[in-house]
Amino acid sequence: MASGAAPNAPRHSLTRHALGAMARDKLFAACCVVLGVIVLGVIVGPWLSPHSYYAINLEFAQQPPQFSGQHWFGTDDLGRDLFVRAMQGGRISLMVGLVATIVSLVFGVVWGATAGYLGGRIDHLMMRVVDIFYAIPFMFFVILLMVLFGRNIILIFVAIGAVNWLDMARIVRGQTLALRGREFVQAAEVIGASRPRIIFRHIVPNLLGIVVVYATLTVPQVILIESFLSFLGLGVQEPMTSWGALVQQGTQVMSTAPWVLLFPATLLAVSLVCLNFIGDGLRDALDPKDRHR
Amino acid sequence: MLRYTVSRLISAVPTLALVLVLAFSLVHAAPGGPFDTERALPPETEARLNEAYGLDQPFWVQFGNYVGGLLRGDFGPSYRYPQSTVGELIADAFPVSATLGLLALVVGAGLGIAIGIVAALRQNSVLDHVLMSVSMTGISVPGFVIAPLAVLLFAVTLRWLPASGLQTPAHYVLPVFALALPMLAYVARLMRASLVETLKSQFIRTARSQGLSSRTLVFRYAMKPALIPVVSYLGPAIAAVLTGSVVIEQIFNIPGIGRLFIQGALNRDYTLVMGLVVLYSSLLIVMNLIVDLLYGVLDPRVRY
Repeated sequence: MASGAAPNAPRHSLTRHALGAMARDKLFAACCVVLGVIVLGVIVGPWLSPHSYYAINLEFAQQPPQFSGQHWFGTDDLGRDLFVRAMQGGRISLMVGLVATIVSLVFGVVWGATAGYLGGRIDHLMMRVVDIFYAIPFMFFVILLMVLFGRNIILIFVAIGAVNWLDMARIVRGQTLALRGREFVQAAEVIGASRPRIIFRHIVPNLLGIVVVYATLTVPQVILIESFLSFLGLGVQEPMTSWGALVQQGTQVMSTAPWVLLFPATLLAVSLVCLNFIGDGLRDALDPKDRHR
Repeated sequence: MLRYTVSRLISAVPTLALVLVLAFSLVHAAPGGPFDTERALPPETEARLNEAYGLDQPFWVQFGNYVGGLLRGDFGPSYRYPQSTVGELIADAFPVSATLGLLALVVGAGLGIAIGIVAALRQNSVLDHVLMSVSMTGISVPGFVIAPLAVLLFAVTLRWLPASGLQTPAHYVLPVFALALPMLAYVARLMRASLVETLKSQFIRTARSQGLSSRTLVFRYAMKPALIPVVSYLGPAIAAVLTGSVVIEQIFNIPGIGRLFIQGALNRDYTLVMGLVVLYSSLLIVMNLIVDLLYGVLDPRVRY
């Protein structure tokens, strides 16, 4: 990477650097395509099939997959069409990933930017709160929450969002500290802009690059937590499903009907791998720290 | 260093207190109690049970009694297994989880560090790219996907290894593999990145200019500071792996801490859940302290 950009290229053009790094990264492109296909399939899939994800048909229980027949991915032990269930499960998994990421992103950005901009004692206090939260064994608390207070999907969002905003808050605060001494912030202060206005109109837009990168890396983490909970039977409940819940059902019947495990497990694994590679590629392309490699 | 250790342990007290209060209020705020059964108990019986276990007391009294017990090393009685205390339940389950965890740690950290060094020394080679892509996959795919797939392949289809239980050494292979894989992948990536960075630093250039061989350079000079990020990841990871994985223990039917926790939570066994939270939080605090002390050993520039 030592001679990354062409010599005549402007050395600090973020866009040019980003595009170059991405083009080099064929893996990145491949992951985008694969993930795009999965997302499309998940959105359109359930409409393409005549089956519904909840219709039970015991006559056709545990049918192996037939790609030219009725059930493309086969059926589960209740005779439900696995293709539609896998796609429906994907809708839930990906949606949880997206929504919970947005929740943690909003919370983390507001917290981090406020602490970083105000500085001093308030900053110290706010970051101390983050430190204390870090020391709490969150997985235990999420499991407890789900077990004790019923298993509804809103609670999943809250629980996951509560875990994930901490990293975002730290990163954003660090960046804000670097930004707040800059001329455009001073200029805004001189004009007499209010503090919230400076934070949200001047500082936050300048954080977008790094926020996008870490949001991309948060989505797979969130999907993982959701499927973990669903795997334990604490996440989404029947007949609604998610990839984690489907993998769990698959493990129950894998000796007689391995496809019930294989299809959802593959979809989940491939999506997570792609999301991580995309986030990693974005970080390499956008993170200013690496620009002079 | 002693002063630093003591002050760190003191500062852990409020954190632990907060964890205790949070967990205690959470289990008490939840609907349902430990004596809920399929058939409703007669009210007098339930009242007497509550009285026997002190559950008729106000919240803060219960909390005080619990913390008082903890300070004497008493985790309290289990509500669901009246014949044994929480301390005994944990003493039975912890060695099982810890054995698996230690094995996974040796495999994961050992192989991970080795792979990281190889990749860093062959930076940007095909081997490096392959190793890093594989380890990225290892990080991304969770244990509850890897484990069933491994069981399907090695136990159900090939019949090389048993699928569940822990009776013989062969039984350990699959769960240890499933536990070690994410750790291995993470350590390999951290080790590579940090060794690449360390090898660029001034003191390495000086050592190289004095004609030291690559091997001496890496193992005598670069290794120690490069291990710092790996160590800071491993601290909390060890706490997690020693207290068992909820899903791995579920999949392989292993009577460890993870399964105990899920059962405790499902049964509303307040004291059992609390005991496990205390166990894990204290382990986490101790591990993080050890990590911070190790920084000084690994990097002479670090002062306390």
